[in-house]
Amino acid sequence: MGVLLWREFGLDNVMNQCFGNEFDTSGKGRQMPVHFGSPAHHFHTISSPLATQIPQAAGVGYALKRTPARQHSIAACYFGEGAASEGDFHAGLLLASTIPSPTLYIARNNGFAISTPSTEQFYGDGIASRGPGYGIDTIRVDGNDVLAVLAAVREGRRRCLEQGRAVLLEAMSYRQVAVGHHSTSDDSFAYRARSEVEDRKRIDNPISRFRLFMESQGWWNAEAEEELKTRLKADVMTAFKKSEKFQRHELGELFTDVYGGEEPWNIKEQREELTGLLRKYGEVWEPWRTELAKFKNAGQDLLKR
Amino acid sequence: MHTTKFSARAVKRLPSVVRRWNSTSAVEAPPAGGHAPSIATSQILRTTRESALKTPGLAFADEDSSGPSRTIVGGRETRKMNTYQAVRDAMSIALQKDETAVVFGEDVAFGGVFRCTMGLSEEFGRERVFNTPLTEQGIAGFGIGMALMGHTAIAEIQFADYIYPAFDQLVNEAAKVRYRSGGSYNVGGLTIRTPTMSVGHAKVEQVPIDDFELPLGKAEVLVPGSDLTLLTWGTPVYHCETALHMLSSPSPALEKLVPESLRSVKIELIDLRSILPWDVETITESVKRTGRLVIVHEAGMTAGVGAEISAEVQKRCFLKLNAPVKRVTGWE
Ligand SMILES: Cc1ncc(C[n+]2csc(CCOP(=O)(O)OP(=O)(O)O)c2C)c(N)n1
Ligand SMILES: [Mg+2]
Repeated sequence: MGVLLWREFGLDNVMNQCFGNEFDTSGKGRQMPVHFGSPAHHFHTISSPLATQIPQAAGVGYALKRTPARQHSIAACYFGEGAASEGDFHAGLLLASTIPSPTLYIARNNGFAISTPSTEQFYGDGIASRGPGYGIDTIRVDGNDVLAVLAAVREGRRRCLEQGRAVLLEAMSYRQVAVGHHSTSDDSFAYRARSEVEDRKRIDNPISRFRLFMESQGWWNAEAEEELKTRLKADVMTAFKKSEKFQRHELGELFTDVYGGEEPWNIKEQREELTGLLRKYGEVWEPWRTELAKFKNAGQDLLKR
Repeated sequence: MHTTKFSARAVKRLPSVVRRWNSTSAVEAPPAGGHAPSIATSQILRTTRESALKTPGLAFADEDSSGPSRTIVGGRETRKMNTYQAVRDAMSIALQKDETAVVFGEDVAFGGVFRCTMGLSEEFGRERVFNTPLTEQGIAGFGIGMALMGHTAIAEIQFADYIYPAFDQLVNEAAKVRYRSGGSYNVGGLTIRTPTMSVGHAKVEQVPIDDFELPLGKAEVLVPGSDLTLLTWGTPVYHCETALHMLSSPSPALEKLVPESLRSVKIELIDLRSILPWDVETITESVKRTGRLVIVHEAGMTAGVGAEISAEVQKRCFLKLNAPVKRVTGWE
């Protein structure tokens, strides 16, 4: 999400995707929250099954290399240390090193995959140790040091372009975002000591470390920090409140984008089946009426087709 | 033997249904708003010990299977459980009775993301209940290897959506090893558990606490009827129950849309229970009596299980059918 915000995707787009509302441009409300995507921002839409996009990124890198206007671009692919256990990880790195493809693989090793600690994810030396096996330049960096990550990514990108081959970067971190649980169904204190999380949050936190650095340079202070936090919080809340009120995409969107080109009969008939049901029950049946009201144009797009 | 042992030995089946739906007077009138029963209030849940013990095909491991099947309900205990507790209980029994049994998968050690392995690693130790690295193909392959050695491997795939990386292992290996080895090897000891279908409300039922099995390939008639056969499985069982209820006693808003003559039709509701092998006998017997078949499943229509069943039924019941077989399925 950081990349997208940096590229001015904007908080509204973020929120609209998370709510899956009619302005969700990432996937028309069809995917789970945080599955962003935007061709305008050169950001391939995130897919839920882990690691599937690692070999895809090799193909993307190769295509960039073969596109005259994009020869100064590389593909960047992010994943966790858990996803790196999937077969697709090995397939992807093997291809990007062998074919070869200018793809920068950025593994964020935050020590956990839901409840599973990285000690149960691999017995070797993290993800970075695998890079040499594929014959690619590899770097491990302190993922909680913002400037170190920036320097490593810059150098990784330079080598990707120079060699036309994959580079692997492993950023060492610790899962601590906000409350630090994987999702709302996860109580991470079942497998991590509360004090451990608190300590990490306080001492080894990329945001506070960078803030301390800025302060030591005289570029930042408590006042600026407070102002920024307040402003960002307000921006997020504004986007949240706006987004929350929007309707969903038109109901008929349920049937679009299954195929490109001419729509086959089965999709047409299934749309007609829904339309028929709406015609019969949409108005009279209260649960359906309530549900329909959540969609832009309340199903009229189908009824008036 | 079946590819993977999706059976009751390790996984007590999701508890279900009894034929009391019609006879019980406990069917409540719909509330003023016209809400039909949901999963939480379903009348086909086995909420009493007696109904649970009368589940068709239920067999206890300590009973002589060669003897006559018993419908005696005495001497057996049941406990109130929801689905994940029943699954957990079954694995606990497997781990207790079978020294070779192990349970593994992503996030299994802390209890699993659906809580099916709560407390098992504490009870049986991390050698027998353990986390795997995040690789579904690895999990399936590992389980196959253990099963080939005659061990009982109970693997969890965290969500059915993520089983596809394991498909090569399941389809090319697990399903074919017995055949390609000329019967020398098999993976009968392998169970793959994975949560599928839309997430419903917690179903709470009475479940026997002893080691029991339910048969594969045996459907269960939940509601007997004579005018139409309604065949389904999994979560849609409860949607079908709701639909039957709405048909027989439509709320005022829907009354106009449900012709009087349809309200008294007798629809036979069947839970297929296992998809392969599927109970062709029970289904054809029913369709020959009713002359009509509607198949309901969540998955898409094209090349779905419903297509397989309708092809077979129209072949076997052709002259008895009063209408084409109808499929009500997920849209594609
Ligand atoms: C193929 C597949 N298996 C399982 C999951 C369920 N799942 C979602 S996130 C996750 C853990 C990912 O851990 P990691 O790769 O370390 O990323 P992190 O969340 O730590 O950034 C799991 C197992 C999934 N999405 N896809
Ligand atoms: Mg991680």
